[in-house]
Amino acid sequence: MNGVEEEVRNTFRSGRTRGVAWRKAQLQGILNLLAEKEDEIFEALKQDLGKHPVESYRDEVGVAKKSAANALRCVEKWMAPQKGRIPLVFFPARGAVVSEPLGVALIFASWNFPISLALDPVIGAISAGNAVVLKPSDLAPKCSSFLANTIPLYLDPEAIKVVEGGKDVAEELLQLKWDKIFFTGSPQVGRVIMSAAAKHLTPVTLELGGKCPAIFDNLSNSSDLQVAAKRIVGAKWGPCNGQACIGIDYVLVETQLASVLIELLQKFIKRFYGENLKTLENLSRIVNKHHFDRVYNLLKDPKVAASVIYGGSVDEENMLIEPTILLNPPLDADIMTEEIFGPLLPIITMNNIEESIQFINSREKPLAIYAFTKNDSLKEKILQETSSGSLTFNDAIVQFICDTLPFGGVGQSGLGRYHGKFSFDTFSHEKAVLHRSFLIELEPRYPPWNNFKMEFVRLAYNYDYVGLVLLLLGLRGLFRTNRSQ
Amino acid sequence: MAMVDVEAIVKELRGTYASGKTNKYEWRVSQLKALLKIAEHHEKEIIDALKSDLSKPEFEAFVHEISMMKTACKLALKELKRWMKPEKVRTSLTTFPSSAEIVPEPLGVVLVISAWNYPFLLSLDPVIGAIAAGNAVVLKPSEIAPATSLVIAKLLGEYMDATAIRVVEGAVPETTALLEQKWDKIFYTGNGKVGRIVMAAAAKNLTPVVLELGGKSPVVVDSNINFKVAVRRIIAGKWGCNNGQACIAPDYIVTTKENVPKLLDAMKHELEKFYGKDPLQSGDLSRIVNANHFHRLSKLLDDNKVVDKVVHGGQRDENNLKIAPTILLDVPEDSLIMKEEIFGPLLPIITVTKVEDAMQFINAREKPLAAYLFTSNKKLEKEFVMNISAGGLLINDTTLHLALSSLPFGGVGESGMGSYHGRFSFEAFSHKKAVLHRSFGGEVGARYPPYTPGKMRFLKALLNGNILGLIRALFGW
Repeated sequence: MNGVEEEVRNTFRSGRTRGVAWRKAQLQGILNLLAEKEDEIFEALKQDLGKHPVESYRDEVGVAKKSAANALRCVEKWMAPQKGRIPLVFFPARGAVVSEPLGVALIFASWNFPISLALDPVIGAISAGNAVVLKPSDLAPKCSSFLANTIPLYLDPEAIKVVEGGKDVAEELLQLKWDKIFFTGSPQVGRVIMSAAAKHLTPVTLELGGKCPAIFDNLSNSSDLQVAAKRIVGAKWGPCNGQACIGIDYVLVETQLASVLIELLQKFIKRFYGENLKTLENLSRIVNKHHFDRVYNLLKDPKVAASVIYGGSVDEENMLIEPTILLNPPLDADIMTEEIFGPLLPIITMNNIEESIQFINSREKPLAIYAFTKNDSLKEKILQETSSGSLTFNDAIVQFICDTLPFGGVGQSGLGRYHGKFSFDTFSHEKAVLHRSFLIELEPRYPPWNNFKMEFVRLAYNYDYVGLVLLLLGLRGLFRTNRSQ
Repeated sequence: MAMVDVEAIVKELRGTYASGKTNKYEWRVSQLKALLKIAEHHEKEIIDALKSDLSKPEFEAFVHEISMMKTACKLALKELKRWMKPEKVRTSLTTFPSSAEIVPEPLGVVLVISAWNYPFLLSLDPVIGAIAAGNAVVLKPSEIAPATSLVIAKLLGEYMDATAIRVVEGAVPETTALLEQKWDKIFYTGNGKVGRIVMAAAAKNLTPVVLELGGKSPVVVDSNINFKVAVRRIIAGKWGCNNGQACIAPDYIVTTKENVPKLLDAMKHELEKFYGKDPLQSGDLSRIVNANHFHRLSKLLDDNKVVDKVVHGGQRDENNLKIAPTILLDVPEDSLIMKEEIFGPLLPIITVTKVEDAMQFINAREKPLAAYLFTSNKKLEKEFVMNISAGGLLINDTTLHLALSSLPFGGVGESGMGSYHGRFSFEAFSHKKAVLHRSFGGEVGARYPPYTPGKMRFLKALLNGNILGLIRALFGW
C-alpha cells in the first residue's frame, strides 16, 4: 500500500498531472473506457446487483459520461485564475485566486452505483490535477475487478491507481497521509474516515445518506396525481431498487389522500415491474446476504409486518425483495429510525400536510427532500424551514444529474459537495495570490508610530480618499475644525 | 470556580436557532451592527486589554485588530442581502422543464475557538461570518490573552442577543467540554496539534470544520530588487505584526549568498530606524505573550546548533518577556528553529546557490500558510506561483493579502483547511442547498420500466444532449 501511495505521489511531484493536456487526456480516457467497455459494465452490474442495462446506462454509464464530457469541455475555464477586487490603498497591486491541485486524493466508492460513484469523483480529482488512488467497494466485486483491470488500460497508470479490497485494505489506506479523502457510504464509516483523516489534517468530503422524505400534498388535478405517483415509483424502485442514497425513504401525506396515493403507487408498481416476484427483471436485487437480512429484519418486526399493505414477499435464494408499501408503521420501529436503503416504502399520514415540516425537522438532516405540491406558500415554507442536502419540487432523483447544482449532504447526510464545477473545487485548493510592485511606499505602514500615521490608517480603513489627500497636504486638521464649527 | 454548564448553553441556543430567529435578515443586521458598536464605542478598553495581554502597540491594536474587524463587519452589512440571495443556475435538457437555484442556509449552532495572538480580531472575525450566515454562535476566546477574553465576554454579553450568541471563557477543561457537544460547524484558529484534536472530536458527530493553522511561512529574496523597500516590508510583516507572533508572519528568509551582506545591512539599518538602538525599550514592539512562550523561544535560540549563528539582536529581558528582533544566518536544517514554527521575533536566513533553489527548499517542507517572494523577475514570479503551494502567496510584500476581503484566507495541508474573509466567511458558515423546481409536465416515459431498446436509445441521446438523437428516438426512427 505504501508503495502505491509513494508512486502516485512521485508522479504528482513530477508536475505531470498539473498540465491541462494531461487532465484532458485522462478525461478523454474515461470517455473512451465508457464507450468501449459498455457491455462489460452492463454485465458486471448485472452480476453484482441484477441491474437492467437501461438502468445501468441511466444511472451509471450515462451519468459518468455526461460528467466526463462536461469536465472535458470546461476544465480550462475552471483552471483560469479568478481576479479579485483590490482597494485603492493597495495600489498598485493585482490579486487573484488560483486553483491548484491538492496532491494525492484517496477515493472510496460505494457498492450501490459501483461505476458512477467511483468514476464521478475520479473525474473531479483529475480535472483538478490530482493523482488518485481509488478503492472500489468489495461488495460489488465484479465492478471492482472491472475497474481494477480496465482503468490502467485507459488512464495514466502511474498517477491513477485502483486498489481492491475490503475493510482491512481500507484501514491500511487510512493509515497513510493523503491530501484529500473522498468517501461515499454510511455515516458510521464516515466517522471512522474523518477520525483517521484528522491525524494528518486531511480534508474530507463525505457523501452519506439519511432518510429522505417525500411530501405528497393534496394535488387536486388527477393528471398531476398520476405524474407524481409515477415519479415516486420510478424514483423509489428504479435506481438500484431503493438502494440509493437519494432514494425516497418514506412518504408523508394527509390521511384523506392516503388511499388514493396507495392505489396509484400500486398501479405503477404493477405496470413498471410486474406482479410476480419471479419475473421482476426490471428491478435490481439486494446486494448481498447481509443487506438482504438487514432489510428483511426491518419487515419482520411484528408491528411493522402488520402495517404492510402491498408486497412484502421475498425470495431469499435470489436476494429479491418485492416493492413493499407500509402504512403507518410505528415511528419507533427500526424502519422509521434507520435509513431503509431497500425496496420498502412507509407511508406516514398526518392531519395537515404542513405538519410534515415538523416531522422532518425532528429528525436528522436528510440528503434530499422531495415535495410534490403546487402550493407556493407550502413550497416557500419547506424551502425556508427545512434543511437538507438538496430540495426537489415535483420530482425525485433528477437533481443528481443537474451538474450546475452542488451535490452533497449537510449534518448527518455528509459534508462537502461535488458535481460539475463543484467537483473541481472539491479537489482544489483556492490559493490567494497577490502581486505588489516596489513603487509607492506608504510611510504610515512602518513604525515608529505617531499620531499622523494613526490618522492616516484610520482614513485608509474607511477608504476616505479625500481625507487621505487632505491629510497628506497637511490640511486635514484644518478641514475637520471647520466642519465641527 | 465552577465550570459553566456548556450543555445548557448549547440547548438554549438550539432552541433559539430552531425558532428561526437567527435566520432572519433583520436579526443578522442587528447583531452585526451591535458588533460594530462594540468596536466603535469601546476602542480604548480593547486597546488596553491588548496592551495588558501582549503589550501590543496601540497602532497595531487599532490597525490589525479593531479596524480589520470593523471593515469585515461593514462589508458584511453592505453585502449581506446579495450574499443571502439564492443563486439561479442553468438547467439542462435532461431535467427540462425545470428551474434550479442554490440557496444558502445557515448550518445551525456553531462553535468558534479563537487564538491569543490577535485575540480580538480572531475571535470576532469568524463570529461575523457565523452571524451573517444566520447561525447561533458560541465563542471561546483564548485564555492565554485573559484581559481580551474578559473584555469580549463582557461586551458581547452587553451588546449581543444572549439567546443566540454566547461567550464561554476558559482553558483546556472548558474547551474539552465544548468539544463534547454536537455542533453544526467548528471554526478553530490555532496550531496543528490542537487542530487534530478538534477535527477528531468533530468526526464523532460528522461536524464540518474550518482549521486556521500556521506553519513556517518563507520569504524568498531575489537579487534584482529594491532592498530598502523589500526589507521594510519584511520588517513590517515580521516584527510589526505582534513581534512575529502571527500565523502569517515571515518565518525564515531564503536568499543567495551574495545577497546576504546587502540584505543584512538594510535590515539592521531599518530595524534601528523603526525600533531604536535598544529595541527592548521600544513601545512599538509587542512582548512575548507569556513565560511559556518566552522559554520556548529561548530554547530555540540556545540550541547548540544555532548559538553562533546570531548576526543581529539576541537581547532578552525575561522579567518583561521581551525579545529583540533577532536575525540568524545559515542555521542548519536540523536545528530546532528550522523544525518548528518560530512564532516570535527570531528570523533565520537560509542561503542557497541560486534563487531558484529556494523553491525546492520550501517544497521539501510542509505547506505553509503564506509564502512571500521579492523579485522583479517575471519568470521567477510565474514559477513561484505555479510551484509553491501555500494558503496564500504574496509577491513583493508581506501579510497584506490577509486584509483583502476579495481573497480567501486559509491554509492547505498542515496549514489548515477551509477559508474565510468577506464572502468566504459567509460561505464557511453556510450550507449550499441545491433546489430544483420541476413542474408536472415534461414526463419522459423512457425513465420508467419496463425497459426497452427504444428507451435505451432515448436515454443515450438525452444524457449526451443529442437533440437530433432525441427526436429520432421519440419517433422510433
